[in-house]
Amino acid sequence: MNIDEHEHVIEVTDLRRVYGGGFEAVRGITFSVGRGEVFALLGTNGAGKTSTVELLEGLARPAGGRVRVLGCDPYAERAVVRPRTGVMLQEGGFPSELTVAETARMWAGCVSGARPPRDVLELVGLAGKADVRVKQLSGGERRRLDLALALLGDPEVLFLDEPTTGLDAEGRRDTWELVRGLRDAGTTVLLTTHYLEEAEGLADRLAILHEGRIAAAGTPAEVTAAQPARISFELPEGYFVGDLPPLAEMGVSGHEVDGRVVRLRTHQLQRAATRLLVWAEGAGVELGRLDVRAASLEEAFLGIAREAAGAAKTKEYAA
Amino acid sequence: MSTAVTTPVGRMTALARAELTLLGRSKGTLFAALFVPLVLPFSAQMAAKEMDLAEVGLTLGTVILPASIGFSLLYAVYATLVAVYTARREELVLKRLRTGELKDTEILAGAALPAVATGLAQSLVLAVGCTVLLDVGAPRAPHLAVLGLLLGVVLCASLAAVTSSFTRTVESAQVTTLPVLFLSMIFSGMFVPLEVLPDRVASVCELLPLTPVITLVRGGWTGGLSAYEVIGPVMTGLAWAVLGVLAVRRWFRWEPRR
Repeated sequence: MNIDEHEHVIEVTDLRRVYGGGFEAVRGITFSVGRGEVFALLGTNGAGKTSTVELLEGLARPAGGRVRVLGCDPYAERAVVRPRTGVMLQEGGFPSELTVAETARMWAGCVSGARPPRDVLELVGLAGKADVRVKQLSGGERRRLDLALALLGDPEVLFLDEPTTGLDAEGRRDTWELVRGLRDAGTTVLLTTHYLEEAEGLADRLAILHEGRIAAAGTPAEVTAAQPARISFELPEGYFVGDLPPLAEMGVSGHEVDGRVVRLRTHQLQRAATRLLVWAEGAGVELGRLDVRAASLEEAFLGIAREAAGAAKTKEYAA
Repeated sequence: MSTAVTTPVGRMTALARAELTLLGRSKGTLFAALFVPLVLPFSAQMAAKEMDLAEVGLTLGTVILPASIGFSLLYAVYATLVAVYTARREELVLKRLRTGELKDTEILAGAALPAVATGLAQSLVLAVGCTVLLDVGAPRAPHLAVLGLLLGVVLCASLAAVTSSFTRTVESAQVTTLPVLFLSMIFSGMFVPLEVLPDRVASVCELLPLTPVITLVRGGWTGGLSAYEVIGPVMTGLAWAVLGVLAVRRWFRWEPRR
């Protein structure tokens, strides 16, 4: 990490959160976000994304560890932090019987340095719905209203919990554009998502959460690079994995066999692919459904899920 | 819209304004808040006519007037606020509000303002109505009546927040509010003045949260409470108010149960 210590807008150290029933949702995570960065927390449902963000927003006190937002404790020093942050919760939180304009006006009355509500409604494309009751909005429109309110006070730090869930493709792209624009203007953004392309396309850095722990973290390129590339193919009748050249020699770090389908993982894609194809050519073997794929964030994500599932068929080689 | 830093008053005003709009749009709550307290005094009047009030130094008016104000506090403030707090929690509005600059007490107070204003306005109307129609006469110790009313508002609002903590939906609020409503109406001197109850029962009833409110309001009109007699209800009322505030801090739920 090459960001100056003083520029850390969000600092999280060994953070833990335990719910009333004893469930440990966040199990000791550490990361930091620099000023003007977009940081994504990626994970499946139940990975601990929202539980973490709520601690950063100061909605709850951590069971252990430390959170600093703009150098302050967001829970204990709420009055100092809140005027400088904007929050978009995972789910609405608006009285269903108020109109969009009434909701925005109410929120504007509670935000220091609020922009005219109409401006932010226009920004998210809701100006035409100003007189519509919240209960009549679609899920996507509610998300956009939530985003508008989070932006009302021109916050320095923006927390977006699944900002594009429920949006259509166009709405999602609009939101991405908006977040990029905010980042360019210097806003620090922490978002959660379970859309891989959202994290890949939007985040400067990201952390993949799994069962309350950080399973991988870094820039999208770093996280991806740590992951193996994949080669999968179908062996013809009568051939087995044992017929291939020694896997370790091919640069293969792991493999799975599923019927006649073989999946290889490697950090040396060119070498493994070449050895495989040379072997197939020499042996006169036709590899069915051959698929050679470079490492991707999706692979990283699935890899983490796979490890968790403890796939019985997986055998790891010493790298 | 101001570009300045928000103030507690400004924030609560913005919230109260939205709540007032919502109260106007919630027909069921509005009906219970406005209509019930205006009707109940008539049934209380029928009950009061059965009793020998003169023997304990009361008149129909000095029974009905405090009872009316009690009904108003119970329905316009208490029951309304249980529904409001519960609805806002279930819609995650409370959680949303807590992400902003509003402090917790500002959220509860701001949301309570329209109901409290309704209760106070209604009490005023009922007091004037009873004074004129039941020939009660002007209050002899108005400061006691005002003290009782203010105590009642704080008590009902904090009781509402506590009750709402144990209420999952707006529908179930119709059930969870019953204990406080019934206990107060029957044993806090509303339908039945404590003066006509056996001493032992009366001294237990005096400890109920709304009893000091009724006692003080009645005393405000009759002027029949000595300075010494005022201390008891004031202490009881304050004790309940402190308990209520502590209970809210301890038990109030800002989010629905998962």
